[in-house]
Amino acid sequence: MECACTKQKSDLSLLAPVLAEYASVRGSLITILQKAQEIYGWLPVDVIYHIAEQTGTTPARVLGVATFYTQFRFQPVGKYLIMLCDGTACHVNGSAAIAAALREYLHVENGGTTADGLFSLSIVACLGCCSLSPVMMVNEDTYGSLTPQSALAIMKDIQAKEAAQA
Amino acid sequence: MRIAVGQGSCGIAAGAAKVCAALQEQLPPNVKLGTVGCIGMCWLEPIVDIYDDDNTLLHRLVRVRPEDAARILKWTQDGEDFNIMDLIIGKDDAQFLTQQTRIALRNCGLIDPESIESALAAGGYSAVGRILSADSGMTPEEVIECIKVSGLAGRGGAGFPTWFKWNAARQSPGNEKYLICNADEGDPGAFMDRAVIESDPHTLIEGMLIGAYAIGAQEAIVYVRAEYPLAIRRLEHAIEEARAAGYIGKNIMGSDFSCEFRIKAGAGAFVCGEETALIESLQGQRGMPRLKPPFPAEAGYWNQPSNINNVETFANVAWIINNGGEAFAAMGTADSKGTKVFALTGKIRRGGLVEIPMGMTLRQVIFDIGGGIRDGKAFKAVQMGGPSGGCIPAELLDTVIDYKKLAATGAIMGSGGMVVMDADTCMVSMAKFFLDFTAKESCGKCVHCRIGTKRLQEILTRIVEGNGRAGDIELLEELCLAVRDGALCGLGQTAPNPVLSTLRYFRDEFEAHIRDKQCPAHSCTALLRYGIDADTCRGCTLCAKKCPVSAISGTAKNAHRIDPDICVRCGACYAVCKFGAVRKL
Repeated sequence: MECACTKQKSDLSLLAPVLAEYASVRGSLITILQKAQEIYGWLPVDVIYHIAEQTGTTPARVLGVATFYTQFRFQPVGKYLIMLCDGTACHVNGSAAIAAALREYLHVENGGTTADGLFSLSIVACLGCCSLSPVMMVNEDTYGSLTPQSALAIMKDIQAKEAAQA
Repeated sequence: MRIAVGQGSCGIAAGAAKVCAALQEQLPPNVKLGTVGCIGMCWLEPIVDIYDDDNTLLHRLVRVRPEDAARILKWTQDGEDFNIMDLIIGKDDAQFLTQQTRIALRNCGLIDPESIESALAAGGYSAVGRILSADSGMTPEEVIECIKVSGLAGRGGAGFPTWFKWNAARQSPGNEKYLICNADEGDPGAFMDRAVIESDPHTLIEGMLIGAYAIGAQEAIVYVRAEYPLAIRRLEHAIEEARAAGYIGKNIMGSDFSCEFRIKAGAGAFVCGEETALIESLQGQRGMPRLKPPFPAEAGYWNQPSNINNVETFANVAWIINNGGEAFAAMGTADSKGTKVFALTGKIRRGGLVEIPMGMTLRQVIFDIGGGIRDGKAFKAVQMGGPSGGCIPAELLDTVIDYKKLAATGAIMGSGGMVVMDADTCMVSMAKFFLDFTAKESCGKCVHCRIGTKRLQEILTRIVEGNGRAGDIELLEELCLAVRDGALCGLGQTAPNPVLSTLRYFRDEFEAHIRDKQCPAHSCTALLRYGIDADTCRGCTLCAKKCPVSAISGTAKNAHRIDPDICVRCGACYAVCKFGAVRKL
């Protein structure tokens, strides 16, 4: 059986400037992983092997650190990453209903990506906008005081925008 | 004249950037437009302040929309209040601020967070100037003494005396020392640290500089959540400005004191709020707590003496140096000095950032400042301290805010999250919510925490799903004590608190779920039944049309009926009934 790390073919040269800056600075593994995720959108397995090799450590250790933190993803994400807040304030103000509406409308579970690759749904801990609860972020934009209807309207707006571009 | 638009993360989410753009488009030449941070009146966002040339606030406009830009700008020319009357903040709402005492938040919402001139005009870096002054400066020992007199305690939650930590780090042998700011605000429901960094980053930098001087550190590091991109951007910018102005780097303000700054973005792990886990994370490792001792003051970052304080703690420091420790200690109670910032959220009318002197009661904060519960409903409980804290019920609303008094209720001061709940909130479900969180965030190092939180979560899940068993409450209690005693760090030791405190005050709700298969708050779906009140029902047929599973029968103008065997409890009928005839049973 072929190893998964040889099947994945990421462009490792993109990571060269990051490694040049940080590979020899002690304690920089998390920073390198963050920069790698900025470049690739997620952490492909060959990238993890490459980072291990270049920083003089084992893939197991790199993966051990990466899987510890919720920020790191091991699957590609959709064009729009929906981060739905389930902090205390959002929870009390009905984030569960928003989650249910999004799951049903997008046919996707928490952590999954829609078949068309447009949306990924991630239910996250507090985004720190509690006064606007319930809140979600779609990529860099924050939307507050959501209802199931308004959350779906935002999805439909994005879909319409994408359809117009296509 | 000057117009300032409040643009913290939540202000921007509420539309402040669009308002700012609309104002910019039509801006008359005699009016300046600027950005300020968050004033903390979140329920009124977007907020626009109008100042005259002497910096006197003329009007505070609230809930401003981009289409209001034209009439606001017209006002700057003709001063005719009539046209903007509906935007001017109401007297009731304005009281939110007048009842507060702001030290940590003193500049938030008033200065431009992206301009060091704005910070300097508000007195920024004057405390650093004072301690480094060649003829009348303060020694590190004098700084520590001043903080000791002030009684400042760690605002991140534990409430440990700040001077003690500083002194321990100062006394530790070694020349390489580190000062670290914990801005990994992971408590769900707390956002004061984000607000301080986004609104007044120079106050944080100044507080950290004073701390670094006191302990003898040459490097200061801010460990901030990656989920706060705006805070990171503004802090990076502020550090650059401070470096250019000579407040960061070698021989600060011509003294012998040198200090470098850098930011490290966290990667999302609640346990990294624990100081030894934070250090592991800073070193590029999994954020798992270390055994203490040795404490970070002896062997912290790279095993060198290190000191870690929270953002709000640092935000108080410059004020204390400028006004004296006695002035800070004059506020508060015998045990808890100074002020505390709270993030007031949940089912509250006026949610936002509240900074009050210690010693105020919870009732004053929630009802006098926060305006009480939304929609006229009854107050049920307030959750303080997040996943490490507990719920305080209505009968204890007169508890004063003080580290010891709050701990006596089973909650904690915590970092300042204050989530208010009304009668519709199920307390068993709240306990489950927090255990879901801690079970997920447990780092896995200690067996009791790793497996104990999981088992607690399972028991709570079966209770809210209507499958609770006799003896479950006793089992919860036994497990809670085992987790508390068997965990190494604060996360594990305090993880049972949300369960223990809800059991203490709302035991009857647990019993109702287990014994009667009822959720008194009508919140747990599995235990919920819908019924139609025959006397109130007008037979409009709307509910029957909306029911996705055809569980509702009845003819027009006659009372309808729900078949409980078919009903899936989606609540569609409840939402759609105009007469309030559909009831939660």
